[in-house]
Amino acid sequence: MFEYAPAPESREIVDIKPSYGLFIGGEWVDSLGEDHHKTINPASEEVLAEVAWATEADVDRAVQAARKAFATWSALPGSERAKYIFRIARIIQERSRELAVLETLDNGKPIRESRDVDLPLVAAHFFYYAGWADKLGYAGFGADPRPLGVAGQVIPWNFPLLMLAWKIAPALACGNTVVLKPAETTPLTALAFAEICRQADLPPGVVNIVTGAGETGAALVNHPGVDKVAFTGSTEVGRMIARSVAGTRKKLTLELGGKAANIVFEDAALDQAVEGIVNGIFFNQGHVCCAGSRLLVQESVADEVLDALKRRLSTLRLGDPMDKNTDIGAINSAAQLAKIRELSEAGVSEGAERWSPACPIPDRGFWFPPTVFTGVAQSHRIAREEIFGPVLSVLTFRTPAEAVEKANNTPYGLSAGVWTEKGSRILWMADRLRAGVVWANTFNRFDPTSPFGGFKESGYGREGGRHGLEAYLAV
Amino acid sequence: MVSTTTAPFAEVASSNATLRAFLHGLPGVDRVGADARAAMLGTRSIKTTAKAQAIDLAISMVDLTTLEGADTPGKVRAMCAKAAHPDPTDPSVPRVAAVCVYPDLVATAVRALDGSGVKVASVATAFPSGRSSLEVKVADTALAVAAGAAEIDMVIDRGAFLSGDYLKVFEEITAIKAACGDAHLKVILETGELATYDNVRRASWLAMLAGADFIKTSTGKVQPAATLPVTLIMLEAVRDFRLRTGRVIGVKPAGGIRTTKDAIKYLVLVNETAGADWLNPDLFRLGASTLLNDLLMQRQKMATGRYAGPDYFTLD
Repeated sequence: MFEYAPAPESREIVDIKPSYGLFIGGEWVDSLGEDHHKTINPASEEVLAEVAWATEADVDRAVQAARKAFATWSALPGSERAKYIFRIARIIQERSRELAVLETLDNGKPIRESRDVDLPLVAAHFFYYAGWADKLGYAGFGADPRPLGVAGQVIPWNFPLLMLAWKIAPALACGNTVVLKPAETTPLTALAFAEICRQADLPPGVVNIVTGAGETGAALVNHPGVDKVAFTGSTEVGRMIARSVAGTRKKLTLELGGKAANIVFEDAALDQAVEGIVNGIFFNQGHVCCAGSRLLVQESVADEVLDALKRRLSTLRLGDPMDKNTDIGAINSAAQLAKIRELSEAGVSEGAERWSPACPIPDRGFWFPPTVFTGVAQSHRIAREEIFGPVLSVLTFRTPAEAVEKANNTPYGLSAGVWTEKGSRILWMADRLRAGVVWANTFNRFDPTSPFGGFKESGYGREGGRHGLEAYLAV
Repeated sequence: MVSTTTAPFAEVASSNATLRAFLHGLPGVDRVGADARAAMLGTRSIKTTAKAQAIDLAISMVDLTTLEGADTPGKVRAMCAKAAHPDPTDPSVPRVAAVCVYPDLVATAVRALDGSGVKVASVATAFPSGRSSLEVKVADTALAVAAGAAEIDMVIDRGAFLSGDYLKVFEEITAIKAACGDAHLKVILETGELATYDNVRRASWLAMLAGADFIKTSTGKVQPAATLPVTLIMLEAVRDFRLRTGRVIGVKPAGGIRTTKDAIKYLVLVNETAGADWLNPDLFRLGASTLLNDLLMQRQKMATGRYAGPDYFTLD
């Protein structure tokens, strides 16, 4: 046997303060309220820091600061705004190891992923939109498209810093100012980003960070001074936001849940398809809105693919997210773990067969083993509801038409994957799949130049690419 | 005498058409995905005790190689001394698996390694191009076997393979296998000339079906030689071949593996692809000439905490 010795990344590089205030108008300020909560490391339940949960009055201060900054920020030539955004991108690159460690500590995702996926994408996103700032007249939205004003942005806990980048980079490039609320379980990298804004000499008030939970988010979304609302998170909360924004002047983009089909045809490159299935659902513990949570595999290769998948899952390494060889980290919170457990138990009681590789689970923290359900029917809850955890539901199909029918038979439509060595079949499928992203022979690949967003209950609006500018321009 | 094909595939090589149908029916390999998987495994962090274990394992898997026109009996004897005792000051260093030489130097190597446990491998079959008649290739093999080679590293006819004449390649391998007698047969695919990963997978299966004991990436004379993705695909092939036939075939990447870090990446690849069963010198080899000294240097660093200069490691 070849046992890999522990290879922990050092946490010396991060300096976490015992408590954090709010970042408003370029300064750290105390909340006007008394509501403080601890953010913990989900892998150990160790308290990392205490953060304020901003009140309505705090949010009002932040929106006012953003409004004040908007006048000068939006008047800057695009090339000047670009300088700030490029500077932010460079600082993120320089501090990427520190930010990766911080992300892993607060979120529970493996350091390999925060180091090799999240942080490079975060920097790339800022670089990409910095490049647009002085070229907006060529983006196809008129000769001189104007910004909207103050953007209120609410982001989830699954990719804390990456979702921040997706929101803030295009907003600033277009000349808006922002008030951003990170998720209550993962505020630390957003607070580190506030420091980066100061390091980059970003004018005060252009970026404001208010921490808190649902009430803070509601106060931000409902604030009359906000011109634009951008939300990434659950469909349930997205619906509430759409309702509250309806009838106002606010422009809205929503990036919500998903129940993506990852479709494997008999003529696929099977070894790579198996990797794609693993990457589709077990990347980031399945805490991915576009996760390939439904495997649709052609019946003629179903047994072969499942055997290979199970063999591959037996090599996954679950454990300390700070260990450089860990593949599966911790579930982000006790609440999320409870939800995953509840849905998994529903899968068993509805008659699907549950399988997990033998894998030791640490004593402390929130953990869920990689899990595969076979014998899943379209009517089962685990085939319909978003689990947002490392749980794969396997269904089979006989023909391409049946694959399309099953893949589209969901209220969601964020992403889909197609695995086949036949190019014409990829195009045929892509034409028919009702999903914002269709990956061909890959999965969970992101790039700042590529628009991302949903059909149906997965939301509306696009983030990334030239399309992503539209959400932050008066067009 | 020698079984040519394995029972489940007895009919596969009955004609070029059936062989072609079988090889082209194997699942394709997606280059982007295979490269990504190999690169991800290359990020595994192997430290402390795991690194020490990996270094000793890697040393024991080295096929210490010299394949130069300028090779002499003296050069081969020196290399054999190194193979049997890689670090003369430290008897805890394992011996390497084998030395690999040209056929005319096999006898010299066999004498030099007598009783050491280090095997003698010989390239054969008009190495490295393979451009000769079957008669010459068989005679070349017989020469090496008669001189005492325990392992034969043959090259496939890449021209025949690329022109679709799979049966010719197959029949050459079976003929060489027959000429090997008790010697183990390593079949060099020369993946740098096969160019596509689909071809690597097909050539791997072709060699295994024809009776190879090992499949080997490269001669070392063509660039690129061994790469992680190519080795990944070959490891998948031996894994799948065992599942379908029960026969266990070895894998040998060769050429371009120069550092301990490289060698450890290959071991990780084996561990997480074919599995731990392949982590021994009977089923995995590293064909290399300069790798051994880096392994010794890293081994000494692990033991003493200091790097010794290159002058402290013998150049043989």
